[in-house]
Amino acid sequence: MIGKAIPFAKTIRRRVLANRRSASEATYAMTTVQTAIGPEKTMVLNMGPQHPSTHGVLRVLLELDGENVVKADVDIGYLHTGIEKTAEALTYSQAITITDRMDYLAPLSNNLAYCLAIEKLLDLEIPKRAQYIRVLLTELTRIGSHLVWLGTHAIDLGAMSVFLYCFREREELLKIFEMVSGQRMMTSYFRIGGLALEPPAGWTERVENVVRTFPSRIDEYEDLLTKNRIWMARTQGVGILNAQDAIALGVSGPSLRGSGVDYDVRKYFPYSSYDEFDFQVPVRTEGDCFARYMCRVAEMRESIKIVRQALDKIPPEGPIKADAPGIVAPQREKMKTEMEALIYHFKIYTEGFAPPPGEVYQRVESPRGELGCFVASDGSPKPYRMRMRTPSFVNLQALQKMVEGRLIADVIASIGTLDIVLGEIDR
Amino acid sequence: MTETPDLEKNPAVARIRAWQPNAIAGLLYFRGEITVLVPREHLRPLAGFLAGDKELAFTYLSDVTGVDRFPNEPRFELNYHLLSLSRRDTLRLRVSLPGDAPVIETVIPVWPTANWHEREIFDLFGIRFEGHPNLRRMLLPDDWEGYPLRKDYPTEGPR
Repeated sequence: MIGKAIPFAKTIRRRVLANRRSASEATYAMTTVQTAIGPEKTMVLNMGPQHPSTHGVLRVLLELDGENVVKADVDIGYLHTGIEKTAEALTYSQAITITDRMDYLAPLSNNLAYCLAIEKLLDLEIPKRAQYIRVLLTELTRIGSHLVWLGTHAIDLGAMSVFLYCFREREELLKIFEMVSGQRMMTSYFRIGGLALEPPAGWTERVENVVRTFPSRIDEYEDLLTKNRIWMARTQGVGILNAQDAIALGVSGPSLRGSGVDYDVRKYFPYSSYDEFDFQVPVRTEGDCFARYMCRVAEMRESIKIVRQALDKIPPEGPIKADAPGIVAPQREKMKTEMEALIYHFKIYTEGFAPPPGEVYQRVESPRGELGCFVASDGSPKPYRMRMRTPSFVNLQALQKMVEGRLIADVIASIGTLDIVLGEIDR
Repeated sequence: MTETPDLEKNPAVARIRAWQPNAIAGLLYFRGEITVLVPREHLRPLAGFLAGDKELAFTYLSDVTGVDRFPNEPRFELNYHLLSLSRRDTLRLRVSLPGDAPVIETVIPVWPTANWHEREIFDLFGIRFEGHPNLRRMLLPDDWEGYPLRKDYPTEGPR
């Protein structure tokens, strides 16, 4: 055995040496990059695309002067899958499935933006019960997404245990999504004209359980972080974005509200009966990473408030789909007795439905900000053009402003605090 | 469905008419959204006016997106979705561009957020923005051939 082990060890050593050589060559190649300041003063560092703190496949080209960032150039596109092009080849109903895959941490928010856009195109009113269930589930999605953000942001900055707590709680939320839609992540639960399925018996107890336990869990995270001196040192005064720059760069969501602008689509342009809910929009004025952290944590508490109100509002019975033959698939029971229902079912699933020609833009407040869905219809059963204005894509533009002139460690805090999802940046 | 309101009474439309009547080539109303059709050469001045006007204050550009109407002419449409945070109002500007010369002036000096939007449109539609500081491929590799969101670009199979 020992005789065999020696050549094996040799190959490993040879590989290590080879790697080391290529790494030093790469470093050499990077340091000689001609820059604005000069080749000997600064070096260019490639952060990503495979870097744990870039939350996906983001590449940032950092021009460094020692530890200071002189220039940060963001390179995206590593996850581009052509979702907008693919949608043009699918029917309106089929395209829901690919919206899940953009912001994979908040699939229900994407479903909602898309479905609301198509419903606007069709001028379709959906039942209140379905609207409230949509609100409830998107708010749970917001909490789940913020939990992933908090966990990963904290782990980036060295707070390991928060990550474990956050994922423990998120698991409960995913179980609710699985119970309701059959899927933990790629839910496709919202459909054009309502919901896919009647939620199963006992689902509200599950949600009530979360509503009851979750506020104390948020207290736990805050105990671990908010007044933690290391956390404060890493986030306060870091990655500052003032309100004027944030608006000019089109930043939205908690990243904008951390800079003192109260723009929240739920309040500005209420959709899906959000105007019937009582909640606050947390705003901070500092514009640093800590302010954005505080906004998101406060937002989770507000979301719990909305979920609690939605639980009271949702009628125990009632339709979950709009009465729109030819657009909303008929109930299975009806198909067994009514010829018409069978014909509609066949038509919806073979050729789809054709909205009138026209364009709509529907914005919703996703966990990351303004998620806009622009749909152009030419009167055929497939979207002529489906465009998603994804908040991460626009917010990421602000990174350059946040990190230039700062330390390299602040880049990691800044990326984390923008809460980007590369799936929706690259689409 | 609601009745079409008098679009001329819309504050934005009225202000633009008073400022430069030629900047409006037409008005559309669909599902509660107003679209102002803008001639290509008026877009940049109009953008500056809408963002700078104290009363309208369209300081926030939500989105810029293109539509390819191939084989119709003018082939391309650009939609600018504007938002006024102070008035809680929205407006869509639409510019049509011919297929043989899809070029338009950039709006980055007015709304810096347009930088990436315009780059993405250049990448996927091949529309060029004059005055853009960094107009190169964004989502696709630099050596990619063709513009995928054009209608004459196949979804699958050899290009």
